Amino acid sequence: MKKDIVIAGVGGQGILTVAAAIGLAAMEEGYSIKQSEVHGMSQRGGAVISHLRISDKEIYSDLIPEGTADLILGVEPMEAVRYLSFLKSDGWLITNSKPFINIPDYPEHEKLLSFINFLPHSIIVDAEDIAKKIKAPKSSNIVMVGAASPFLDIKKENLEKAIELLFKSKGENIVKSNIEALNAGLEAVSHKV
Amino acid sequence: MKKLLLLGDETIAQGAIDGGISGIYAYPGTPSTEIMEYVQRSKTAKEENIHRTWSTNEKTAMEAALGMSYAGKRAVVCMKHVGLNVAADPFMNSAITGVNGGLVIVVADDPSMHSSQNEQDSRYYGKFAQIPFFEPSNQQEAYDITREAFRLSEKFNVPVLIRITTRLAHSRYAVQLSEREAQNETSFPQNPKQFILLPSIARNRYKSLLNHQNDFLQAAENSKYNKYIEGEDKSLGIVASGIAFNYLLENYPGGKCPHPVVKISQYPLPKNLLKKLYDETEELLVLEEGYPFIEEQINGLFNYGKPVHGRLDGHLPRDGELNPNLVAKALKINYRQGFDSPDFIANRPPELCPGCGHIDVYNALNEAIKDYGNERVLSDIGCYTLGALPPFNSISSCVDMGASITMAKGVADAGIFPAVAVIGDSTFMHSGITGLIDAVNDNSPITIIILDNSAVAMTGGQPTSGEGRIAEICKAAGVNPEHIRKFVPLRKNHNQMVEVLREELNYKDVSVVIAERECVRVLQRNKKLKKQIVKN
Ligand SMILES: Cc1ncc(C[n+]2csc(CCOP(=O)(O)OP(=O)(O)O)c2C)c(N)n1
Ligand code: SF4
Repeated sequence: MKKDIVIAGVGGQGILTVAAAIGLAAMEEGYSIKQSEVHGMSQRGGAVISHLRISDKEIYSDLIPEGTADLILGVEPMEAVRYLSFLKSDGWLITNSKPFINIPDYPEHEKLLSFINFLPHSIIVDAEDIAKKIKAPKSSNIVMVGAASPFLDIKKENLEKAIELLFKSKGENIVKSNIEALNAGLEAVSHKV
Repeated sequence: MKKLLLLGDETIAQGAIDGGISGIYAYPGTPSTEIMEYVQRSKTAKEENIHRTWSTNEKTAMEAALGMSYAGKRAVVCMKHVGLNVAADPFMNSAITGVNGGLVIVVADDPSMHSSQNEQDSRYYGKFAQIPFFEPSNQQEAYDITREAFRLSEKFNVPVLIRITTRLAHSRYAVQLSEREAQNETSFPQNPKQFILLPSIARNRYKSLLNHQNDFLQAAENSKYNKYIEGEDKSLGIVASGIAFNYLLENYPGGKCPHPVVKISQYPLPKNLLKKLYDETEELLVLEEGYPFIEEQINGLFNYGKPVHGRLDGHLPRDGELNPNLVAKALKINYRQGFDSPDFIANRPPELCPGCGHIDVYNALNEAIKDYGNERVLSDIGCYTLGALPPFNSISSCVDMGASITMAKGVADAGIFPAVAVIGDSTFMHSGITGLIDAVNDNSPITIIILDNSAVAMTGGQPTSGEGRIAEICKAAGVNPEHIRKFVPLRKNHNQMVEVLREELNYKDVSVVIAERECVRVLQRNKKLKKQIVKN
């Protein structure tokens, strides 16, 4: 078992929470993980990426080599596409559709989405809309964890456990709405898998 | 013992706690900040009453740690690479004094300058001070080496340096802990003159350091963190230090490299291990994160004509961090290329948060200085450095912490009036005050804008050492109280701010304008924390 996942988004979108949720769940399954994150300057609204490596064997590099990632998980569509050089030829790109526009030269949304649709294996999810519908507007990052879950080889109950661990300190309601977000994300892709 | 999932920084913190430290001293700086933050959250550190508050700068941190070592206790001091420039004076001299309690200096380098002004390689400082130093290759080693560094420090009576780089500092891995050591009892040095660096004593101390060089070398030759790994294919020998070792193994299934490899994580360079590799193989390839530190020394050590490849001969880029693909290229291994990103992908540089007070200051400053131009606005390091980018284009320099005030003074000395310094509150406390005193002494006609957001915001919102006292400090430094002005940077105060700035720009002596409003990100975080406390 080996899963190399590039998680991409904009500083402040909860990339590290996404990585932590999947990472903890993988550990719960008994796998080794290495997870490299970006701290510092780019967390101020810049491009942010995390490399999450899951394996049943020893993991050497903290960084995923280019051309070998099994999955790119985007909490923002342009950021997901930024790291395509990491994706292996039969890897999946799964991304939130909602753009985060804080720069003047952001590409045309239609052009971006059709580019993504044209990739051999890609799924676009309107995570923000889904999160709003279940009244958990701040959980679109966890919706994306749900959308990625069929590709992770990790049991859903372990993802739920990880979410509980991560959000415990914020109260029971927050845990509940994030587990709902996870399930809603999974549901949104179930017909595409 | 248990395993914990920790960032590289956090494994060092845990290693220091378990290594029996009585104090950690640090000034925040990416990628080193999480070391202190982890100790501050630690229950053990609290129970053990480990000293764990932020210092005003790296020099004060280094000196306080040396003081704790003088008193017989173990101390660790942490900083980013450029912080060691600030702490260089006590650091270099601590190699001469030696230590009493174990003293470990952790320096986090930032190759590729993810969040830094340069990518200097701290191993040169280790060599410069002629002390033992380490470069862990993974999180587990970072933990074990931290423990080992304290033992080595006390064994040889020297400070020991640990050098890490961004990708190790900010990557998580499950680390196996080992038994915690008790703190040392306080004790003064056996030799009462050890720390008195008068020339006559210092000469002896320096000789003692030199006499220990061979011990340091032997420790590195026999270190379990340095190894010679056999390989069948002797057409190439590989030297890999720190995390470059992982990038090497990544390129071979099961981590089985066919070539002999010398892995290095403890310095000074183990010459015998390297000589064996040099003699047994036809060519060498040196993989190291940072400057060509090992490569240069190998070229100097055994210059018998065999090719030595690395960053100097173009096998690897001369600058920037390594990664598995660059290492593959140097090994002439084909690697799979991913997909191409389309041309329309735009850069997304960091930016000031919406609602940040720095925005209001720059809008006001741009208007007040319109007739003169922004070339005369010297600035400094912090979130506010983003004011150099559009749409503000407000500032014209960012060099090293505190340089805004002193550079503005130099500009004024050169005959330019008005000259302006823009500096954050933490940066002002770190290294701005001494420059302010120079300016006061020379009646320099400069206007200093201090952005007081009650936080070290750039590095994650740590508390500042000057909280609520900036105006008092300026007054005490000798600034005319009538020219210490304050405003609250908000859009609705724009006209007032422009007015104040214009008045002070026209004043032909030192004036200080303090913009006082809390960092909105810290404000939000504190609100959230409060809510959580109420809920629980
Ligand atoms: C010598 C040195 N130490 C630490 C740092 C890391 N660093 C960058 S900016 C900064 C402080 C910023 O705080 P402040 O001046 O209050 O500005 P703010 O970010 O709050 O706007 C620090 C610690 C550095 N660049 N150089
Ligand atoms: S973190 Fe604080 S100081 Fe930095 S840009 Fe955001 S609001 Fe401004």
